[in-house]
Amino acid sequence: MAGDASRAVLDARGLTLDFPTARGGTLRAVDDVSFTIREGERLVLLGPSGCGKSTILKTVAGFIRPSAGALTLRGRAVTGPGPDRLVVFQEFDQLLPWKTVRANVAFGLKRKGGLNAAEIAEKAAVAIERVGLTRAADAYPHTLSGGMKQRVAIARALAAEPAILLMDEPFAALDALTRERLQGELVGLAESLGFTLLFVTHSIDEAILVGTRLHLLSAHPGRTIASFDVSDFGADAWGSPEFERISGEVHRLLFGGERRRAPGRGQNERAELAYV
Amino acid sequence: MSDLTQSWTGSARAADRATIGARVKAVANSPFARRLFVLALLALAWEIAARVQHNPIMLPSFLETAGAFVEGVTVDNLLGATLASLSVLLKGYVLAIGIAIVLVSVAVANSFARDVLTTLTAMFNPLPAIALLPIAMLWFGLGEKSLIFVLVHSVIWPFALAALSGFETVPETLRLVGRNYGLKGPAYVARILIPAALPAILSGLRIGWAFAWRTLIAAELVFGVTARQGGLGWFIFQNRNELYTDKVFAGLAAVILIGLLVDAAVFRAIEAATVRRWGTQR
Repeated sequence: MAGDASRAVLDARGLTLDFPTARGGTLRAVDDVSFTIREGERLVLLGPSGCGKSTILKTVAGFIRPSAGALTLRGRAVTGPGPDRLVVFQEFDQLLPWKTVRANVAFGLKRKGGLNAAEIAEKAAVAIERVGLTRAADAYPHTLSGGMKQRVAIARALAAEPAILLMDEPFAALDALTRERLQGELVGLAESLGFTLLFVTHSIDEAILVGTRLHLLSAHPGRTIASFDVSDFGADAWGSPEFERISGEVHRLLFGGERRRAPGRGQNERAELAYV
Repeated sequence: MSDLTQSWTGSARAADRATIGARVKAVANSPFARRLFVLALLALAWEIAARVQHNPIMLPSFLETAGAFVEGVTVDNLLGATLASLSVLLKGYVLAIGIAIVLVSVAVANSFARDVLTTLTAMFNPLPAIALLPIAMLWFGLGEKSLIFVLVHSVIWPFALAALSGFETVPETLRLVGRNYGLKGPAYVARILIPAALPAILSGLRIGWAFAWRTLIAAELVFGVTARQGGLGWFIFQNRNELYTDKVFAGLAAVILIGLLVDAAVFRAIEAATVRRWGTQR
């Protein structure tokens, strides 16, 4: 079994999340969402704000318990947070401000355990080099730009080699140019290292670029609309007619529901077909 | 060519002068120099006021006080009195911080304990420690124990308040990162919460130190001698009784000097090495 590229890393079955409201009732944020992420796959949860995509990611990370449904990591039930599912958050303050870049990356490796000091130092140096921050390795986070901070967070998570990397809109707070560059760098790292990724975003272009598979969600509550393969669209495909076609299709599935549903039922049939 | 060289060296000299000027300006603008200047100004005003008034029993001049300070250190055992005060102070301070850390740790982990601590803090923080001295003397008698009791009371509440609010304002993202990397219980507190709350904890330590110092001197004034050796408050009280006003002022100067010294050498140094370096406090 080991080394089998098709085996499931993360499996979510019928994931449902309810939250208590101020009036004493419950609010359903996520309703019956299922997906499977296989080794080396990059699944993107894509949907408008309020579709519960970040909540799903926090559930996978173990911060939130699902109200119903099962969540398994390599066949074992997820019961709480752990370093086998590391998160890169959107916020810049996710780095520990009292540690240098090097110490932040080493922190993740130390938490993982089973390594001696020399191995930790070496792995940290490699991880920092991968994101191009060797020159800033001894700087404190408050001296870095937003893009550099996100690179350090990615390096820290990747260095500890989690079973799956979770990213919660990691580039949303960056300026457009930096965001584009980091998206490209992330895809490059993913292709050379082959890590498994669950990525949350509301940007369609980012989703197609970063992911090998898209999982579309509707809002209030979050429900699966469709799931399809986009592994053919890398950074080089950006702006091509085929890329535009997929992007338009995703846009229609997410936002054009009412308009298209009125004349016929084609929309729903298409979603059924696209679901894998 | 020679023209060029001349003008070049000329401008170099001008640049030299400018850097010397800039250096003088930098020194004058440094907080230490500014503080020294303020102190010198105060001393001058004091000296003039005392000379105009010309009544050394009511207001000794700055120079007389300085002389009494030197004499106090060399003859009257001002240093011994200071050490006696400091030793009681440190005992009370360390004990209070230790108790407060336990209280705050429990309060961070448990919401009922947090309610208890916030209620206690709201009750006891406004109560002047010195007001407890009569009760302390009733319970513990005339001695160091009574002093330590009021000291602990004066430090524990302001420090607990500052530390608790520090823990409560740790950003949510940092908490999630700590849990994400598998930190739990005491390791989570030690590796995430304490460093993140350090600016508030340090300011609590500073406030606690100031409260402890003023409470101790006040208690010694009321109380007199506690052990074999009287403290600074006792030194002030005794000299006031004998109308050695210049020595009273020398005693007060010792209190102020230690306050300044601890602030600069301990708290500022710790801040520079931690929270300022990390950019978590400006």
